[in-house]
Amino acid sequence: MPAPVPSEGLAGSEKLAGGKSKAELRAERRAKQEADRALKQTKKVESTPAAALAKPRLQPSEPQSMVKRVPEHVQVDDPAAQKRLAKKLERQQVPLRPDYGAKVNLFSHLHQYSRKMPLTQQMSIPSTAIHPAVVRLGLQYSQGLLNGSNARCLALLQVFRQVIRDYSTPPNEELSRDLVARLKPYISFLNQCRPLSASMGNAIKYLKKEISGLSSTLREEEAKGKLQGSIDGYVREKIQLAAEAISKYAFEKISDGDVILVYGCSSLVSRTLCDAHANGRAFRVIVVDSRPRLEGRDTLRRLVRKGIRCTYVMITAISYMLPEVSKVLLGAHALLANGSVMSRVGTSQIALVSKAYNVPVLVCCETYKFCERVQTDSFVSNELDDPDDLILPGKGGAHLRGWKENSSLRLLNLVYDVTPPELVDLVITDLGMIPCTSVPVVLRVKNVEQ
Amino acid sequence: MEFQAVVMAAGGGSRMMDLTSSIPKPLLPVGNKPLIWYPLNLLERIGFEEVIVVTTKEVQKLLNLDTKMKLDIVCIPDDADMGTADSIRHIHQKIKTDVLVLSCDLITDVALHEVVDLFRAHDATLSMLMKKAHEPTEMVPGQKGKKKPVEQRDFIGVDDTGKRLLFMANEADLDEELVIKRSLLQKHPRMHIRTGLADAHLYCLKKYVVDFLAENRSLTSIRSELIPYLVRKQFSSPASLRQRQDNKEQDQKKDQKSLDIFSYVKGDSLLEFAPDKSCWNSHSADLNEAFHGGKVRCYVHIMKEGLCYRVNTLGLYIEANRQVPKLLPALVCPEEPLVHVFAQVTDRGLVGSDSIIGSSTQVGEKTSIKHSIIGSMCTIKDRVKITNCIIMNSVTIEEGCSLQSCLICHNAVIEKGADLRDCLIGSSQRLEPKSKHVNEVIVGSEQLMEI
Repeated sequence: MPAPVPSEGLAGSEKLAGGKSKAELRAERRAKQEADRALKQTKKVESTPAAALAKPRLQPSEPQSMVKRVPEHVQVDDPAAQKRLAKKLERQQVPLRPDYGAKVNLFSHLHQYSRKMPLTQQMSIPSTAIHPAVVRLGLQYSQGLLNGSNARCLALLQVFRQVIRDYSTPPNEELSRDLVARLKPYISFLNQCRPLSASMGNAIKYLKKEISGLSSTLREEEAKGKLQGSIDGYVREKIQLAAEAISKYAFEKISDGDVILVYGCSSLVSRTLCDAHANGRAFRVIVVDSRPRLEGRDTLRRLVRKGIRCTYVMITAISYMLPEVSKVLLGAHALLANGSVMSRVGTSQIALVSKAYNVPVLVCCETYKFCERVQTDSFVSNELDDPDDLILPGKGGAHLRGWKENSSLRLLNLVYDVTPPELVDLVITDLGMIPCTSVPVVLRVKNVEQ
Repeated sequence: MEFQAVVMAAGGGSRMMDLTSSIPKPLLPVGNKPLIWYPLNLLERIGFEEVIVVTTKEVQKLLNLDTKMKLDIVCIPDDADMGTADSIRHIHQKIKTDVLVLSCDLITDVALHEVVDLFRAHDATLSMLMKKAHEPTEMVPGQKGKKKPVEQRDFIGVDDTGKRLLFMANEADLDEELVIKRSLLQKHPRMHIRTGLADAHLYCLKKYVVDFLAENRSLTSIRSELIPYLVRKQFSSPASLRQRQDNKEQDQKKDQKSLDIFSYVKGDSLLEFAPDKSCWNSHSADLNEAFHGGKVRCYVHIMKEGLCYRVNTLGLYIEANRQVPKLLPALVCPEEPLVHVFAQVTDRGLVGSDSIIGSSTQVGEKTSIKHSIIGSMCTIKDRVKITNCIIMNSVTIEEGCSLQSCLICHNAVIEKGADLRDCLIGSSQRLEPKSKHVNEVIVGSEQLMEI
């Protein structure tokens, strides 16, 4: 509303109805503009860094809806996205890993790397841009020495703990902002070595939130100690205690005389079975395995060492084994917001065939692996492993060895697949035993807590 | 910091006394660059910024390299007969991280990340480089008759993947049989034993190995003592309880610190951090956990193609000189021409395309130079034929000479009309005019006395 007219103007003038001359109105408008500008300036100075970071995200769209960007790692066939990625990596001094070999058309939007061309080829040997512990971790991921959702996340947190310990704030910088900026190139590097898993993504989100939430009054040593404490707390609560809780809940579901079918290698499922055996349940296990990873051998190793009776078959034999199975216990890489289970490739087949034989399918998953993504098929977002892994060593692989020269031959080594929620009967989490459809509720509750 | 680099340049070159009696081995010219330039160039190319060079005072005086890296030159006294492990012990205060040890006589174009990645990924104690050795085919001056048999063979045992080093023994240490421990075969039932591999003397060592060396004074040489010790220790367990009880009284009397590497091993490996969570194992044949719970691991990268020379005999020195003109353009940046800009060559056409000529060298008319390396400040007069030769600095060759497959050291003078074939002329020697020598080694009398 316009400011009230000054009394002298009202008394003395006869020019306009409002009692002010045009020049005076203009001056008034200018004064109002200056006042608004000054107000905006003070608001900008007062605002916290978190709010400043939050603002640009809301700016490009209306205040109500958020624009969801398709992540770059599933846009490999879009040259503009790849150029953006290359520019970002160059800025962060992280080398770009080249793709390898011809891809199957349906998966041409995903990266496919070769294990024989590691990222370290393009980096200097005493690595300066990237912390040496992160380089080591990235190498272990890309060479396949660290496998398994929990193991990768634990190793990641361990390395970040070391990074925080070795970190020192440069002068004129705030720890809460500089440390996040320091971690970004490391995360890009690890992403180039091997796409991040959902568990790692959630852990990184938590860590970034903790760092940004540090109050600026803390000294550097106290802040670092607090961060390391929160990492330890996360590991203890979300991973170790969660595993104990899941083990206890699952124990109720395992009865004497059961025949349990497991697939591949899930640290959680192995631990559950070992605990159940230690607590006196009598059951036997059928371990199902598949090429090329042959991870079931590791489950077999762990179970047999504890004295559990095991049978070992390949996935091609499950329809012969299922008539004698009483329940199927599966691990998960991530649980998606629509209740689908993302797990090692082959899990959805096991769930499908189990449904056909009316065998209950139970999935064990900690809540920190719950993901807000929604996926209805396995094509949209997946990971392509090194295609040369499919070639048998020795004489058996003679036919496939020249696959690159053959233009009509493509090798596909998928890592994950998505099991629809109708095929899963129960999800055992650290919050209890929930049906698949309750996953969005858990996610909502988690968001409210945060 | 991840690595520190150490270049060992204190060795004497005992297998090439003809050459090294007058010039110290790190300064022997190969392709007109001192031998030590090659490992330093390798380190510079892969991104090192600081190098520790262990050498003698004599070499330090003469060392003059233009390199962007910071060289920390540590001198060891000339008279102390120090092995490579002794040198590491000497500088162990400077070493704060894992260390990359190189020998000064290594010329290679290996992609070093292969060796270092093995070290990083498997959290190894030791990682080294080897290449299939091939016999030098060149005639070595001074060798009469058939070639001497190669020095004692090394037996190297690797596992199926070809990366893990399981066994190492030198023929000299064995009586008649090769003894392989049962614990080794139980853990690695398939082992490939190879001979004919040349060790490049390039080692990545963990920091705790350096600490162990500092305390354990009985090891003098890295290659012949430390490496076999580490390879053996992979399959022996730390001192068992029973043994400890037996030694308790002795220990109480002597109060000896344990000289076993296992007491130095620091276990901060990510692979062993949560072993029950990771589903990877290094082997598939039995129920044991990854690496059989062994804390010491040794890895080797065996090069299949590429150059890798250790210039420690005359034959290898000549071979390296032959190969270097092909290698140099890739190493030196910005590219230097093979014929130096300051060289004065009258008949350019008669100089072969793979010959190297140093700066300030004058070459006369009608002089043909093929497949040769000529140092700087030489004077070569007219009508000289030089084929397949290695000529060092400040050499004078008068008119009408003909040299084939010769090695001529610094400051030598070859008078008119000499005809030399397969000869080695020592430094500052002077040959009479019209002398003819085939397959001879001509060195000064004072050098002969050294032997």
